[in-house]
Amino acid sequence: MSLAEALAPASEAEAAEAVRDGGPFEIVGGGARLALGRPVEAAPLSTLRLDAVTLYEPQALTLVAGAGARLDAIEAMLAAEGQRLPFEPMDPRPLLGSDGPLTLGGVAATNASGPRRIQAGACRDSLIGVRLVDGRGTVLKNGGRVMKNVTGYDLVKLMCGAYGVLGLLTEVAFKLQPIPETSATLVLRGLDEARAIAALSMALGSPFDVTGAAHAAGETLARIEGFEASVAYRAAELRKALAAFGEAEIVMDDPARWAAVRDATPLAGAQGAVWRLSLRPSDGPKAVAALREAGAAQDALYDWGGGLVWLLTPEDGDAGAAAIRAEVSRRGGHATLFRAGQATRRAVAPFHPEPAPVAALSAGLRAKFDPAGKLNPGRMAP
Amino acid sequence: MRMPTPDPDILARRSAVAARLRAVLPEDAVIDASEELVAYECDALSAYRCPPLAVVLPRSTAEVASALRVCWEEGVPVVPRGSGTSLAGGALPTADSVILGVARLNRVLETSLEDRVIRVQTGVTNISVTQAVQSDGFFYAPDPSSQLACAIAGNIAMNSGGAHCLKYGVTTNNLLGVTFVTMQGEVMEIGGAHLDAPGLDLLGVICGSEGQLGVVTEATLRILAAPEGARPILFGFETSAVAGACVADIIRAGVIPVALEFMDGPAIRVCEEFAQAGYPLNAGALLIVEVEGSPAEIDDQLARIRAIAAGHAPLAVREAATPEEAAAIWLGRKSAFGAMGQISDYMCLDGTIPVGALPEVLSRIEALSAQYGLGVANIFHAGDGNMHPLIMFDANKPGDLEKCEAFGADILRLCVEVGGCLTGEHGVGVEKRELMTAQFTADDMTAQMAVKDVFDPKWLLNPGKVFPLATVEGHRMAAE
Repeated sequence: MSLAEALAPASEAEAAEAVRDGGPFEIVGGGARLALGRPVEAAPLSTLRLDAVTLYEPQALTLVAGAGARLDAIEAMLAAEGQRLPFEPMDPRPLLGSDGPLTLGGVAATNASGPRRIQAGACRDSLIGVRLVDGRGTVLKNGGRVMKNVTGYDLVKLMCGAYGVLGLLTEVAFKLQPIPETSATLVLRGLDEARAIAALSMALGSPFDVTGAAHAAGETLARIEGFEASVAYRAAELRKALAAFGEAEIVMDDPARWAAVRDATPLAGAQGAVWRLSLRPSDGPKAVAALREAGAAQDALYDWGGGLVWLLTPEDGDAGAAAIRAEVSRRGGHATLFRAGQATRRAVAPFHPEPAPVAALSAGLRAKFDPAGKLNPGRMAP
Repeated sequence: MRMPTPDPDILARRSAVAARLRAVLPEDAVIDASEELVAYECDALSAYRCPPLAVVLPRSTAEVASALRVCWEEGVPVVPRGSGTSLAGGALPTADSVILGVARLNRVLETSLEDRVIRVQTGVTNISVTQAVQSDGFFYAPDPSSQLACAIAGNIAMNSGGAHCLKYGVTTNNLLGVTFVTMQGEVMEIGGAHLDAPGLDLLGVICGSEGQLGVVTEATLRILAAPEGARPILFGFETSAVAGACVADIIRAGVIPVALEFMDGPAIRVCEEFAQAGYPLNAGALLIVEVEGSPAEIDDQLARIRAIAAGHAPLAVREAATPEEAAAIWLGRKSAFGAMGQISDYMCLDGTIPVGALPEVLSRIEALSAQYGLGVANIFHAGDGNMHPLIMFDANKPGDLEKCEAFGADILRLCVEVGGCLTGEHGVGVEKRELMTAQFTADDMTAQMAVKDVFDPKWLLNPGKVFPLATVEGHRMAAE
């Protein structure tokens, strides 16, 4: 069935009825992220008509909107008030070669966070409330619209990044931040990966409030944002602090450079599988070096000061899964197979296998929230 | 207030249970002499007390697991306890429960400045985390006002906040990993020194679950590079509504201070009398705004904030020129609870509201104050909407505590009515348990209780907290 023919409830009540009476479903927003995780064999259920902005209060830095709301439209609306989502949501389309609009629900369901995660937190840190339909068709809410809320268990975090397997998100509430007056990027060139990450560690350990720290294509980048005079001061100070790593060029306002980091676009055109490694930052280059030695790694791109590695591998056999997972597990991190063909994503678990007692808790939660396996069955685990 | 009825069978087996605990723990780690149990009969919500069956004070994760396994096999409830500073009764025992105190899990295990993380055992105090790294120019951001005493274990259980969370977030935003022990005594690592979860965000639901899902024995926390400096400014305004409008304008202007504290007229007078901080007694409301950065950056931000405040006709403006003046500005605010304690018994609430609802909520609290005949002073983390109404009552006057609790419940229902929540940082505990129905539907609570079913199928961990007792009883009955 094509997306155009997908069941598309116009309200939360209709969505609940659809789940209660039907299913299993593959949850679909704009379709840009369908190639993430294990392939799902089920009829599509679209959130695209759940797209209303319920509440936007700039003076309270609060947005509440339907899960199907288009990210580009929301970002434009916020920008008109000088505000934005703090976590710089990643756009997976260049890497996946997908199209279709990004939706707020898709961003929340995949905890899609960009370079600013190191300073402003991930999507899960800005998501302050959800409404959802669980696998029984029951409408639930958790969190709300206020920034500080410890009332009851935090199911908002549990839903964020759950890829829809615990519930169909219908509405999401976000904490926002002001768009700063300006930004500056320090660019160091010619550092090897270990030195680059050491430079970024020094930058992130400085008092200059770095909001982006990446290493890609031979460039080591540190971003500073804020009011003009403050940015100029901090960029100059940070440049001095990093003098041992070379003379940094200071580039003002360069969103395209950071969008490329955010979306891992340097790897987009290359053939092969793309892995997303999450590690202790100083372990990033060590793991990559070990994997290169073993022949299981080609190109690498580092974000989050080294803690996030996008890794290109040949997509034959297990696409490097055994070697990558052994190396990353040994270091206490995890690896997600982000881009690969359907056959590979069926054969290789895209999400990092959890130790048995943790996997039992995750399976227990899935069984409680979706006992009949109606929502994205198999997306995260068989 | 009702607590779950103690199981007479467990009470009768007290010495057998203690003996089994002694068999797996060092001799000094088990307490069951009644004169020693009294020390654990309450936390900072001291109106409610009940000595536990026994207390265990393990020194390692393995000892925690052994103690939990014994209690699991014996069917004995367990109440995890950090430093016992909960304002919501989060560590209140039942007579048939074993208190599991983490006070002896008090070591810093690893500090990595290059990875900006620290690994601690969870019995360490909140302040000691910052103390471990401050000489290197780092700090741990969440700073609840009990930070000298409160334990990281309790911070994780309650997802504690503090005055600086507008910029730096609360515990859940600064917690990266835990060693977690289930009621069955199974030990697992969740999260680590990296920044996201491999699958479902179990860490996110463990943090803030009030010790009902498991016991956290070790934690990996984010540490941040400290700013070059910080400086507060104080404004007095004619009314709360004017101060509220000023807060909205500051945020709209794109300035995010690290702290934005509000006090109403009664709070100003109580604090000034106690601390002599030089607060403007003629003001109906006061704001303390703190910004961070280099001296020039601070000057620049404070100039912006002064210009915004000037549009609201401030009655008083005081900018700290020296560290002593900065301390004086904070002195009154930081001594607010002590000052209130000098003049009256009081109850402190922490409902959160959308910041725009402040004027309406304050005027309705004033009306309720008149209706109940009890005074109230309001302190408020204005940037994030977290209120702290302090209701004054006389504990020696029969009926006054009940009246105060009814007043408090009305305020919390009001917070929910305007779009907020019952608790922003103290947790539900026993205190706000029965009010959960004001915020959540039966289905909403069932979904939360389903999480508890998965982690703690026999419902032995921290009984009588978070959910209304009747709701839990119904849920448990339906499961059987």
